[in-house]
Amino acid sequence: MTSPPKSPLQPVDSLDRRPRLAVHKLSSCDGCQLALLNAGASLLRLAERFDIVHFAEAGIIDVDAEADIALVEGSVSTAEEAERIQTIRARSRWLMPIGACATAGGPQALKNLANAEAWIASSYPEPQHIDARPTADAVAAHVHVELELPGCPVSTPQVLAALASLLAGATPLAEQDKICLDCKRRGQVCVLVTQDAPCLGPITVTGCGALCPSLGRACYGCYGPAENPEVATLAQRFAELGLDAEAVKRRFLFQQSGAAPFQQLLREWHPKPRAGSATASVDQGSSMTSEDRDHSMISASGEDEDD
Amino acid sequence: MTESSSRRIEVPILARVEGEGGLEVSIRDDRIAHLALRIFEPPRLFEQFLVGHHYSEIPDLVARICGICPVAYQMSGVSAIERLFAADAATDQNSHQHSQPNTGLAAWVRRMRRLFYCGEWIQSHALHIHLLAAPDFLGFDSAIAMAARHGDELRRGLALQAFGNRIIALLGARSVHPVGARVGGFWRRPALSEIATVKAEAERALPAAEALLRWTAALPLPQQPQHFNCVSLRHPLEYPMMAERIVAESGLDISVDDFEAHFSEHQVPHSTALHGLLEGEPYLVGPLARVNLNQDRLHPHVQALLAELGVEFPSHDMAQSVIARAVEILQAVLEAAEILANVAPQTPAYAELAPRAGIARGASEAPRGLLWHRYDLDADGRIQQARIVPPTSQNQARIEADLAQTLTRIGLNADADRLRQAGEQVIRNYDPCISCATHFLRLTLNR
Repeated sequence: MTSPPKSPLQPVDSLDRRPRLAVHKLSSCDGCQLALLNAGASLLRLAERFDIVHFAEAGIIDVDAEADIALVEGSVSTAEEAERIQTIRARSRWLMPIGACATAGGPQALKNLANAEAWIASSYPEPQHIDARPTADAVAAHVHVELELPGCPVSTPQVLAALASLLAGATPLAEQDKICLDCKRRGQVCVLVTQDAPCLGPITVTGCGALCPSLGRACYGCYGPAENPEVATLAQRFAELGLDAEAVKRRFLFQQSGAAPFQQLLREWHPKPRAGSATASVDQGSSMTSEDRDHSMISASGEDEDD
Repeated sequence: MTESSSRRIEVPILARVEGEGGLEVSIRDDRIAHLALRIFEPPRLFEQFLVGHHYSEIPDLVARICGICPVAYQMSGVSAIERLFAADAATDQNSHQHSQPNTGLAAWVRRMRRLFYCGEWIQSHALHIHLLAAPDFLGFDSAIAMAARHGDELRRGLALQAFGNRIIALLGARSVHPVGARVGGFWRRPALSEIATVKAEAERALPAAEALLRWTAALPLPQQPQHFNCVSLRHPLEYPMMAERIVAESGLDISVDDFEAHFSEHQVPHSTALHGLLEGEPYLVGPLARVNLNQDRLHPHVQALLAELGVEFPSHDMAQSVIARAVEILQAVLEAAEILANVAPQTPAYAELAPRAGIARGASEAPRGLLWHRYDLDADGRIQQARIVPPTSQNQARIEADLAQTLTRIGLNADADRLRQAGEQVIRNYDPCISCATHFLRLTLNR
């Protein structure tokens, strides 16, 4: 979920130098740094417009450098990272966590729900050598951040658009729509309605391009919850599709288990008996169906022609 | 410089590796007293949080171990599950029941997975060669610093990387943590119009991949062969990506199922990556090991070009790894072009499989080497225990042995910067994916 930026970055043309960009890494898979490393010619152009002061994977190292814009990948998972993020904050004017780990703890936040010490002991015969906090946290749980770019992984266009906005002196816009809207725009068949697939599209923020429904599969929420997500309603819908309570919770506590609305679901949600409000939710679902079926026919016939 | 009896050098963060880490060396009386490749990538405990998840969730979870080689994690995972559910056997056998090799779901899935995997080798190797390794050989700190002098080569490399990513996205909808793969096959076949587009790109990538191999063969590489044992998968016909046998130069030839009887992992205090050993000894996995053991499975075109260039494998010079990566890029581009030229429509693009209880084991060749998975499943297909052995942890003992030899050969009294630089280059030859070992690394030299 994205937060509105608090203060605009000082306009670049008021600087007597190129703006400084740092890319930091905490606990992560490196996949979000690839948003830049996979950018091809755009990466080289970026290097002309910014003074890249720290980006270890690209060979530029100055972890303590002052930066105008700092991108941070990964969750805060060790005592060293908890200290480092404070230093990064102090030396960065615009701090932008990128990706699910930095914005919600990532998949490793699943350990927050379990006994992490026992987990470490089961992986390592000598757990005393392992520096690991019991939780994997979002960056914003430790320091103030200007803008979060969610997603597992964050997308190259999102990161480049945010950097371009900042270069132009404008505040980047955060995505707020839900995947459902993206499916409608693209004319994609609703997998929840037509296949009873437990799709997280109704509560997941856009940014990926509604990829999973485009392949005929349910969204698994790797971009995290959108604004005002109706999590409990969707959970009830999944229960009515036949998922048991544990399977329903597992659906939400997957890539983005650290996100607040999912934590709330874990604490508060219990499946309701099939009646009353449950029926209403099914009816709501049906009212969206005809439109989706129209789209599905269009889309299906288009595809047949293609082949 | 004979006065120092004790010396210490530190490289806190290693540049141009995936993930972060460092190296610590203690020198006393002109001998290495202690050498540690420090990997402090915080443990993310994937093996633990897989427990309780359904087998169908494996591709979307294990992909997140490594953003650079998610396809490898997905393929080792689905291969393990399908071997248990006997779908993989069906895959191989079914392909013989059909007269045409490109028909039949199982054969189609096999070919598409190979295409998918070609995409990952191309992008990962191209990323390594151009953004991580080439600055070492050409004397720059980073690829960005290299751009002014070697812009054409760099852009050619980035174009190959983009082509690899394009193939992954063709089948997986995006290149990092793709969403198209599933147990049994793919969620949906790609549209023929998209296949045609990527096929055209493959034709353009081919001369670039050839030029890249020529370029790497002409790089001023240091020559320093060492003794080590190579390990890789071996396939009856193909250059290995997904296969049933694990072989080693030492003569080992075992089923993927018997991995644990021969290979062990142990913890060292300075690392969150477990160190892998074969029969108690360090070994090498990755592109050089694969080329060394499977040269006879390379495409004839690749073999011909190697002969023309006078590049000889097997090689036990780790600096040649960069050439091995270029060899595999050309191999993968050739194969991808051939597969793309002959893709039949396939609906559905997956087989529904019935779960059963048991131990699922599977392996594939990640860009960085052998990637072995094990899942203990209950009758509902829920994971009770998981074990993942990534390439970087298997290589770590070998990297340390290489570092000790290389630094000693340079001379332990050498300038600290020189030793640090040499140490970093040694490590980068292995392309350690430190995050995929679920782990972080720092060079401290004590002397």
